[in-house]
Amino acid sequence: MSLYRDVTNKPWDNVGLPDGIESKPVFNVPNERVALTVLLIIASVLFSLFLVSYYIRMQVGDWVPLATPAQLWTNTAALVLSSVFLQAAVFRSRKEEVLSLFRGSGLLFVIGGLLAVAFIIGQYQVWVDLGAAGHSVRGNPANSFFYLLTAVHIAHLSGGLWVWSKAGIRLAQKFDADDIRLSMNLCAIYWHFLLLVWVGLFFLLANT
Amino acid sequence: MAYVPLADQDDAHALHDPHSFVTKYVWSQDHKVIAIQYGAIAIFVGLIALGLSIIMRLQIGFPDTVSFIDPAFYYQAVTMHGMIMVIYLLTALFLGGFGNYLIPLMCGTRDMVFPFLNMLSVWFYLVSVIILLASFFIPGGPTGAGWTLYAPQSISHGTPGHEGGILLMLISLAVFIVAFTMGGLNYVTTILQARTRGLTLMRLPLSIWGIFTATVLGLFAFPALLVSAIMLALDLVLGTSFFMPAMMQLGEQTSYDGGSPILFQHLFWFFGHPEVYIVALPAFGLVSDVIATHARKNIFGYRMMVWAIIAIGGLSFMVWAHHMYVSGMNPYFGFFFATTTLIIAIPTALKVYNWVLTLWQGNLRLNTPMLFAIGFIFTFVHGGLTGLFLGNVIIDIPLADTYFVVAHFHMVMGVSPVLVLFAALYHWYPKVSGRMYNETMGKVHFWCTFLGTYAIYLPMHYLGFLGMPRRYFEMGNTDFVPASAQALNANITLAAIFVAVAQILFFVNIFWSLRNGEKAPGNPWGATSLEWQTPDTPPKHGNWGEELPTVYRWAYDYSVPGHKEDFIPQNEPGEEYEKTLHKSGGYS
Repeated sequence: MSLYRDVTNKPWDNVGLPDGIESKPVFNVPNERVALTVLLIIASVLFSLFLVSYYIRMQVGDWVPLATPAQLWTNTAALVLSSVFLQAAVFRSRKEEVLSLFRGSGLLFVIGGLLAVAFIIGQYQVWVDLGAAGHSVRGNPANSFFYLLTAVHIAHLSGGLWVWSKAGIRLAQKFDADDIRLSMNLCAIYWHFLLLVWVGLFFLLANT
Repeated sequence: MAYVPLADQDDAHALHDPHSFVTKYVWSQDHKVIAIQYGAIAIFVGLIALGLSIIMRLQIGFPDTVSFIDPAFYYQAVTMHGMIMVIYLLTALFLGGFGNYLIPLMCGTRDMVFPFLNMLSVWFYLVSVIILLASFFIPGGPTGAGWTLYAPQSISHGTPGHEGGILLMLISLAVFIVAFTMGGLNYVTTILQARTRGLTLMRLPLSIWGIFTATVLGLFAFPALLVSAIMLALDLVLGTSFFMPAMMQLGEQTSYDGGSPILFQHLFWFFGHPEVYIVALPAFGLVSDVIATHARKNIFGYRMMVWAIIAIGGLSFMVWAHHMYVSGMNPYFGFFFATTTLIIAIPTALKVYNWVLTLWQGNLRLNTPMLFAIGFIFTFVHGGLTGLFLGNVIIDIPLADTYFVVAHFHMVMGVSPVLVLFAALYHWYPKVSGRMYNETMGKVHFWCTFLGTYAIYLPMHYLGFLGMPRRYFEMGNTDFVPASAQALNANITLAAIFVAVAQILFFVNIFWSLRNGEKAPGNPWGATSLEWQTPDTPPKHGNWGEELPTVYRWAYDYSVPGHKEDFIPQNEPGEEYEKTLHKSGGYS
């Protein structure tokens, strides 16, 4: 029964099994994928609310735009590559019967995660440089938002790395290949989402 | 990988079978144990909030009589009472408690889809409660900023708990939100994906629809609280100026500059108003099932009820600024929010009509759960109607920050959900404990609570009309508040103490009945939904024995003409009924 037919159904009129004996989840994908999708929507709401706050706070006259540190471009490149490697790992894993940590898709997966770690280290370096240049977190609302938004983004990426590391451990222990493929796929989706968020944030921070 | 829905994985329970006392009762991944853990923590912390309300009332009813209540402690009691009741009791008990217990049972599954995450959720919740309560034991005590935590007041000198209490409150809220998100992902995914065979969305009991929609609201609304909590904490700890404007403090200019207190209010109420429905929607769902079961009638307008829940959920994100009419907003802005507020009354009123029409000509069993459910209809209509007054800008402005508002929100989202909580606790107690409660004690508990709460809140409306302001430690020489108002306040306090003491009956009843109550049959009420059809009562780990149930019908086949009993369980196959006279099923 389609979702539309289900929600427009008159349940008191029907007795029996409308779909036969099979259970019908609303979405024909793994539960983890559904949960991730909901999580991405929640994260989108969170970042959207930060952006609304950003725009409202910007209207006050004390806003002094922050010059975009050049290193952000390097960091962005690392995050793009991270996403690319994770997606490559997903594609490659579909062609492999056995997955292992330092070969084929496993290797791509590990490199992808390490590039994300490099991105976080790079962002931290930007903070240090900004601090050294006198742009403290309380110096100006534009500074405050820069530190805040990048920190929240890093927090999300760190959560992703926790899942990535668990998948890495399962790879090393040669768990069920289907299970690992699912983890790789979910990590890649999450990484693409965070890349998209970062590109949006970067655009905003660089232009306001 | 071929996808096998959890409902079809008959051996899924083997994944987290408990092997010891610790894994069975402490680090348990069983949704029923987690539900009881959630419930126990929520009720414990709720009792603390009840005690705080008595402290408040003692000061208002008998000013300067109790020596240890000074202004700071009074404001701390007000703040902690409000925050605990709304977030840590009602939200946690409805969604963490009833959500956890009922979702897998009503959906015919063995457990939540992510049991480990579910277990983490309850432990994070416990940590959030511990952090919150820890603020009572730090220098300066808990925050006294009011449950809305408005900036700049909440982090400024002069507000009790500005030293550390407010920070612990913000951290506690953040941890609670993490806990809620872990639980919420479970509830949503389980309901969407793991329903047993034959259980289409439109065959779900309204309890599940209420819990599902409230969870979705929570998942989308709590981020607003998280955003405001993070930014407020940064203003406090790092000295940023997200919300803090330039201001003088203790005669000196602070380092803050340019922050927007109104932004905090918008963020807070973007969470705060949906929060009302995060509490109300599960209550709507649970009370619908209690009413239908004990009226022996199908719920009137099932589809309308489902769509009303969804409509209320959607509209609840468009009314938040009706809490801010006196903040100086553009009149057109106020007009918009007054309009959306009145629109949300339509699906809400529709639900009330449908409950009443379900009762109409039903074979009513006026037992304890039903009394609480009918009591809820009274208090909810009462609180809802006063909401129509406050939803209109022109009436709200003179009534804002008076006891009329206190009376309104206590009736609509304090007393009403609590009455449903009691209805639900009594209704599902036989399934959870395997014992029947004492009916007489339950009825006495109901009448004391129902009449007692009216004795508390009805006079408050009058005090509000007099203009008596809320949140004042004492009135002083306020000309427009007559001396008789003090007598009324003293009576309200006595009623509040009476209601608080009456709750002892509930605890005596449930604990006494655990050991001495009559052994409960599997389906004592003759109910149709799946949780009453489990092979064991209380249900064992895995819920369903060897085979998962199959659902053949909706959850409201009560008093179907021609059937041998006045209810048909959801898992009973066949359309042909024995042509016999009705025989009432179960306890009356």
